[in-house]
Amino acid sequence: MTMTQTKTTTKSAVSDERVARRSAFQKLLGRPEVGALVGAIVLFIFFALVSSTFTQPNALATILYGSSTIGIMAVGVSLLMIGGEFDLSTGVAVISSALTASMFSWYFSTNVWVGVGLALVVSVGIGFINGWILMKTKLPSFIVTLATFLMLTGLNLGLTRLIGGSVSSPSISNMDGFDSARAVFASSVNIAGIEVKNTVFIWIALVAVATWVLMRTRVGNWIFAVGGDENAARAVGVPVKATKIGLFMGVGFCGWVLGMHNLFAFDTVQSGEGVGNEFLYIIAAVIGGCLLTGGYGSAVGGAIGAFIFGMANKGIVYAQWNPDWFKFFLGLMLLLATIVNLIVKRRAELK
Amino acid sequence: MNANQIDQQTLLQNEKDPLTHTPVHLLSLDGVGKHYGNIIALSDVTMAVDNGRVTCVLGDNGAGKSTLIKIIAGLHQHDAGVLNIMGEERKFSSPRDALDAGIATVYQDLAVVPLMPIWRNFFLGSELTSGFGPFKSMDVEKMKAITLKELAEMGIDLRDVEQPIGQLSGGERQCVAIARAVYFGAKVLILDEPTAALGVKQSGVVLRYILQARDRGLGVIFITHNPHHAFPVGDRFLLLKRGKSIGYYDKKDITLDELTAQMAGGAELAELAHELEQLGGHGDIVKEVQAEVAGVSDTAQAGGPKHA
Repeated sequence: MTMTQTKTTTKSAVSDERVARRSAFQKLLGRPEVGALVGAIVLFIFFALVSSTFTQPNALATILYGSSTIGIMAVGVSLLMIGGEFDLSTGVAVISSALTASMFSWYFSTNVWVGVGLALVVSVGIGFINGWILMKTKLPSFIVTLATFLMLTGLNLGLTRLIGGSVSSPSISNMDGFDSARAVFASSVNIAGIEVKNTVFIWIALVAVATWVLMRTRVGNWIFAVGGDENAARAVGVPVKATKIGLFMGVGFCGWVLGMHNLFAFDTVQSGEGVGNEFLYIIAAVIGGCLLTGGYGSAVGGAIGAFIFGMANKGIVYAQWNPDWFKFFLGLMLLLATIVNLIVKRRAELK
Repeated sequence: MNANQIDQQTLLQNEKDPLTHTPVHLLSLDGVGKHYGNIIALSDVTMAVDNGRVTCVLGDNGAGKSTLIKIIAGLHQHDAGVLNIMGEERKFSSPRDALDAGIATVYQDLAVVPLMPIWRNFFLGSELTSGFGPFKSMDVEKMKAITLKELAEMGIDLRDVEQPIGQLSGGERQCVAIARAVYFGAKVLILDEPTAALGVKQSGVVLRYILQARDRGLGVIFITHNPHHAFPVGDRFLLLKRGKSIGYYDKKDITLDELTAQMAGGAELAELAHELEQLGGHGDIVKEVQAEVAGVSDTAQAGGPKHA
């Protein structure tokens, strides 16, 4: 800043002459999800060029649906990652939730809503146990949730066979409450002739709530703090344990929503499913600009990460390529995104 | 040393508390001790903190300074002696407990989260909210305005409260941490080695803030290993060594030289000179050390600060 510039700038109560005015564009560049946003736009243009069907409204609705099944979980996982932890048990926990709802209501012949309610308790309970063990033992979340992942995988298979005598849960399609539950968790809305799955709206609502919590509430401040510097947060009186356990429970809640969708979109659940999906949620959060080390990121970023995932997943099909290439694309996206994030973090810390 | 040690009982003899009319310390320790397993980290420490006074705790590395502040700040519990707050015996179970009792600590690592904006750090753990029930949200604009105003009052001219606090210099971050403690109504302010990592000029700035906090009527506990920083601002000096109190003086009873000598440990320096002499070949170093033993006033540059 030169002398002449300084003189011409009028100083007010809020602005300071030492701060060059940041344009809206520069402000955007400072956001955690900017890397993902650029990636999403590039990917969209790319697939729009190679495939004529990609930009059809119906195709977009399908892409959004695919994105939402990742994105719903990515909301919880993003917040957890900003809080400095991660969860490897999410993929199978979704299936555990679905199995709980269907097996309970089938075995006891209750209204399926009873099972749905119990599944919520179980899902949030799994989150609580994850968080509680983590806080008690102070082990890395990698170890604790890996153990939960293995145990849940075993429980899903073992209990399903023990109760139902099969690897998949029995069909619950003609039980009381099935239709109303399907309307809530797995219906679609007709918008101008296009069927849009309601998970898309649930996803958007969850992102909006998570963003508000993160940016505008005390709890949001605490989430950033426990992820950024746990000891500092504790020293100024932030309830670190409660915040982290709450984050795990939030992940549990998202798992419940997705688990209920999986159950009611069909009427049975395969007990061996879900393994490996936990990485997709983590990848979506990381691509979206959440730091693995915590303290930085956004819920919107996780949503964009999930959208990138959905586009790559369906785009390859629309472009009529061999879907074998999908994993390669995913890996490349992840690598590029983490490098961008690293640069962003360095710039934020050192200027 | 022939300086008079403080007798805790007579300390407030001529002062009356405006409310109770009985002399009572803001915070006092009486024979406090702490051990970790079989390691005795602190034993029999007695000190008092009063409004508008700076109590300095001096000692070398491992002297027990950190243990002492951790007890007062609620991170650890003492297992011997008595901790009194306003004449009432207390034992803090968490930092929140101590904060609620009006004891704020500015740690060496400052307890700030580097990636978070200054205003979020300033209000961390004590955020202002508006609205009701589940719709309670933070009053962001008010918090930003207060941060800017409070820091300006402490003489810190901030550029932008949205900046991540990690971008500020060490001295500025220290000042933000002090301003935060003062704003949140701290009665006792504990400063853990605030000048340890700072240059000469920045140290001066921080020392000035210590005096400002004192003039606002806070009781300040200033932990340092540098007598040259402690002496100009301190009213009382507690010297710790190997977990024990080796002296507790009022400013009028002790000089900077005496303080430095006690800190540096005159006997140890003499021993070092003797050892070097026996090794031979270090003529000039031996002379230097001997000079220091003789005229402790010179230890300032060579002895004191280098222990850091």
